[in-house]
Amino acid sequence: GKGQPATRQAGGGGRGAGKMSSVGSGYDLGCNIYSPDGRVFQIDYAGKAVENSGAMIGLKCKDGVVVGVEKLVMNRLLMEGSGRRVHPVGRHAGIAFTGYVADGRAVVSAAKSEVENYDDYYGVDMPPHVLTERLGHYFHAYTTYGGYRPFGLATVVAAYDNEKGEAFLHQIDPAGTHYRYHGCATGKARQAAKTEIEKLDLSSLTVEEGLKRIAFIIHTIREEEKDKPFEFEAGWISKDTNWEFELVPRDVRLEADKWGKKRVEEMEMEDDSEDED
Amino acid sequence: SENSSSSSSSRVGTVGAETARATMVDTESLGGGAPRLKAGEVDLGTSIMAVAFNGGVVLGADSRTSTGTYIANRVSDKLTGVHDRVYCCRSGSAADTQAISDIVRTQLSNHATELGRLPAVKTAASLFQRYCYEYKDRLMAGIICAGYDEIEGGSVYSIPLGGACIKQPFAIGGSGSTYIYGLCDSMWRPDMTREETRNFVKTALSHAMARDGSSGGVIRTVVIDKNGVDRDFTPGDKVPFSF
Repeated sequence: GKGQPATRQAGGGGRGAGKMSSVGSGYDLGCNIYSPDGRVFQIDYAGKAVENSGAMIGLKCKDGVVVGVEKLVMNRLLMEGSGRRVHPVGRHAGIAFTGYVADGRAVVSAAKSEVENYDDYYGVDMPPHVLTERLGHYFHAYTTYGGYRPFGLATVVAAYDNEKGEAFLHQIDPAGTHYRYHGCATGKARQAAKTEIEKLDLSSLTVEEGLKRIAFIIHTIREEEKDKPFEFEAGWISKDTNWEFELVPRDVRLEADKWGKKRVEEMEMEDDSEDED
Repeated sequence: SENSSSSSSSRVGTVGAETARATMVDTESLGGGAPRLKAGEVDLGTSIMAVAFNGGVVLGADSRTSTGTYIANRVSDKLTGVHDRVYCCRSGSAADTQAISDIVRTQLSNHATELGRLPAVKTAASLFQRYCYEYKDRLMAGIICAGYDEIEGGSVYSIPLGGACIKQPFAIGGSGSTYIYGLCDSMWRPDMTREETRNFVKTALSHAMARDGSSGGVIRTVVIDKNGVDRDFTPGDKVPFSF
């Protein structure tokens, strides 16, 4: 655990690092080791787990917060709706994650306990920034011991603040760093997703419209030939849901997905017709 | 005086019979060890109340602390702050209520630090309730928690002996409160102004102090609103009502 000196192996990376050895070179054997240029490689590697997973996009719209996840379907025999990435953790709060999915279950469980205990102790709903900070501390704790590994997750927190009277969007990365966002994107092709988000005028979108835009962005950034098929998962919390976090109803979700896909096709056709001129 | 149980058996089981005496008879008859003031322990036999108005609350209390028939402190302050805009009125054992309010003050402070803003009054009441309920067999504490927050405005929570927590437009407590239930019910109106509310509190408490041997001295009031906390003091010879 913590405090044990790192054993450096001569000439190259740790066990199984193989072709990646030039990146870690022995400084990546545990969370308790800094590299000479000040990186903790294990946290970076956890970030890679997120980067290689399906996209997750959150938007703070004018009447609430909506988050969507591109759930890559590894197996055609998988039933729809199984292996969720979006979870309510209290009446007024929900989280979504992408990355190393097995870690997600632990985080959801921890978040549910935190929210429940806070309500029990303090008699009020856990405000979004407090839940985010607690989860951030939780993620961070797993980066401080040599015997642990960081969570391979990026987590979005969408929750209602009853003093401010609105819902807020936060995102936490594997290091435990967290910020409050107007719009956030992570996972595959997140840079392209962020570019698309910046084109939106979020203050004029409702969560229904935001949902469609998220579906559109996911379809835009995907490469249909290369990427695995996906299920579009989403959750939201808004004035219309009475500020309760819920999974987006199936028909609404499928509608938004269809809209997004159609919009991408329309834009491609427009591009094609422009080229012809 | 706190050990006499005459005249209280008829009040067993009635809602709002918050005298230490009445409840002690009740729990004794159930066979459990009832919380009692120990020999020589200081008693906040008392008249306390808190009333919410639009934009804040008024808390009020008498100032008598007795040990048996001896008045240990005739000018005590039973209105105790637990945060910037949250106060509590204390009745029952002085030691128990001081210990509880000290703990709640610390916890509220830590909570507010994490929260980054003023806590809800409901949170303070929830913390009071936690201790009053979990340790009900060892404590004798009747607490009224009141204050101002952005979400609810002024709110009043009554936490009597067993550790129940009830939000009310106004609450009265302590041994003297039994004498003013009728008066308060007839005097209270919704939507009173700040001054009307303060006068209501002073008048009701002076009636309680006139009839209850365990209450007396001066009337202290605290008015809490968005802008701050305003303490007031009415000397014993200037109370609205006395014989």
